[in-house]
Amino acid sequence: MTDTMHLNMGPQHPSTHGVLRLMVEVDGERILSAKPDIGYLHRCFEKTAEGLTYPQVLPYTDRTDYVAAMTNEFAYVLAAEKLLGLEVPARAQFIRVIMAELQRMANHLVWFGTFALDMAAVTPFLYAFRDREKILDLFERASGARLTYSYYRIGGVRKDIDAEFVRMAREFLDYFENQVLPEYHRLLTGNRIFELRTQGTGYISPEQVFAYGLSGPMARGSGVAWDIRKNEPYSSYDRFDFEMALATGGDNYARYTVRIKEMAESARIIRQALDGLPEGEVMGKVPRVLKPPAGEVYVRIEAPKGELGVFIVSDGSTKPYRLKWRAPSFSNLQVTEAATRGEKVADLVVTVGSIDVVLGEVDR
Amino acid sequence: MDWWPLLWSIIKALLIVVFVLANAFLIWVERKIAGRFQRRLGPMRVGRPHGWAQTFADLIKLLSKEDVVPGTAEKWLFLLAPIVAFLPALLVYMVIPFGPTWVVNDLNIGVIFISAVTSFSVLSFFMSGWGSNNKYSVMGAFRAAAQLMSYEVPLVLSMIAVVMLAGSLSLNDIVKAQSIPFVVLQPLGFLTFFIAAVAELNRTPFDLAEAESELVAGYNTEYSGMRWAFFFLSEYANTVSASAIMATLFFGGWRGFLLPLPPVVWFLIKTYIFVFIIMWVRWTLPRVRIDQLLNLGWKLLLPVALLNIAWTGLLGLVFKI
Repeated sequence: MTDTMHLNMGPQHPSTHGVLRLMVEVDGERILSAKPDIGYLHRCFEKTAEGLTYPQVLPYTDRTDYVAAMTNEFAYVLAAEKLLGLEVPARAQFIRVIMAELQRMANHLVWFGTFALDMAAVTPFLYAFRDREKILDLFERASGARLTYSYYRIGGVRKDIDAEFVRMAREFLDYFENQVLPEYHRLLTGNRIFELRTQGTGYISPEQVFAYGLSGPMARGSGVAWDIRKNEPYSSYDRFDFEMALATGGDNYARYTVRIKEMAESARIIRQALDGLPEGEVMGKVPRVLKPPAGEVYVRIEAPKGELGVFIVSDGSTKPYRLKWRAPSFSNLQVTEAATRGEKVADLVVTVGSIDVVLGEVDR
Repeated sequence: MDWWPLLWSIIKALLIVVFVLANAFLIWVERKIAGRFQRRLGPMRVGRPHGWAQTFADLIKLLSKEDVVPGTAEKWLFLLAPIVAFLPALLVYMVIPFGPTWVVNDLNIGVIFISAVTSFSVLSFFMSGWGSNNKYSVMGAFRAAAQLMSYEVPLVLSMIAVVMLAGSLSLNDIVKAQSIPFVVLQPLGFLTFFIAAVAELNRTPFDLAEAESELVAGYNTEYSGMRWAFFFLSEYANTVSASAIMATLFFGGWRGFLLPLPPVVWFLIKTYIFVFIIMWVRWTLPRVRIDQLLNLGWKLLLPVALLNIAWTGLLGLVFKI
């Protein structure tokens, strides 16, 4: 029996996606245990929110999952609107869906690139960022910002989208469906080494999905049909026709196929939303001072990484008494140890990559 | 006493050193190639046109860096490892025929010399990995040692088949024997050799000992400045020498066809085509896992290499080649 070795992966390590620290115990190349250690990016978001008025909280939400800022705002404004009992105009709802789905594509593109990078395939990374750039251009046109948008407002969205945005979005969707996806499939999907590395590694059973509270592509990759857009439609998702991306493998490859499929489905949703975009206002009737009645509310949406839940307790003042951010990355990250036990060090990197963590969201 | 032979061999040795150092240009070439594969331009700023002086800028940067030796390192192992890495990379060039007469020393055991010298580089990986006293480094070192046998055996076996065809261990004789390039007679042998050679070079998809996304930088994690540059340079020198050996053993070395170019030009054209292919592979493929590499070596490359030897024997028996 040889001695085991403790290996500290991170917080400074090329493929821990930020400041994740993994306390790994290895026997040669085999992993005995891999415990994630988090908290290096904790910024007291939830506590800070207690000292801010409801509109003031919004920019902070951008900074939790900074790879998918739009959907964070989406969850927060939905929760605040439910608390305040506000109506949102139909046009604003459609714009919100367009932005959220564009954001899902942008998020999955970043994930695609970094996932390939974890296996030392550098080229897909640069391709993915080239294409994400076009989505950021769209966001810039709509909101003026490229990463932290503050575009959603309680009661609507900040600014209407113009004809040029619609044209650019259509152009991007054509480009994405006809060029990007086929190119990615040629680049990575059928690659034998890629298949060897991802198929059968990082297996998560459907039981583990429930035991660890996994959601999003992590659950759907294990064959659990759970997509909040489908199961509990919010905003205007019930008006669009799209399929839930599902795979039954439970391994890294299954999660890869789920996310690739999801990008295509997002493109479908955006097309429908652009076609059926109603006319009208983009901001509803919102009082100058937001003072919700005392009570509590929980709203969850399908963020790119999984179930993003916002729980707000109001004491009747202008500031939330308590705000809880149920971040999908945080819950999904827990499964690291169960999914990698007994595998090789190289698989650990790939499996953590397939979880798609953003440490800003894990630590908040 | 006749001083000419001595002087002549010194000049030849110096030419080889110059040739190897000139290959530092490949750093710039690879960055440009990688840029093109990834839809960007690569280095553009240092030197016009197209940042040709990038290598010099890199070199100045590396030279001016602080020479760091970790406090816990095994000092002598740590300091010696880059030199041990660089020496075999230089030695290989001694037997490679650049032209019919352009060879430093046409050893009559050239092929054996090459296989002996190239497997030396693993020693430097192990020295640096062990000497650094770093967990990632030592994992890289163990990987390098573990994978050595799996690709070295098929590599040597595919070279044996070439020797069987040529009937000589001298590289120049092997080139002279190739009225038909040997790749035509044994494509399997060439494929085995190519895959095993890329594994020997420690380049993606077989860069397990370095494995940036897993082991930070593997065996050279603790190295910086010129010591690191020596690892880097020897990697490029090895890439060129492996390509040169491929050109020599399987593609007729300095033998030309169609165009009446000088033999050395033919040799360099063939060599750099392989350098390009190796870079192409690197920027296209993901990395394999250690057990997958061992499987590939023992379960696929080795039987194929043996099959190739049997095939070569059959060729010799039937066609009296």
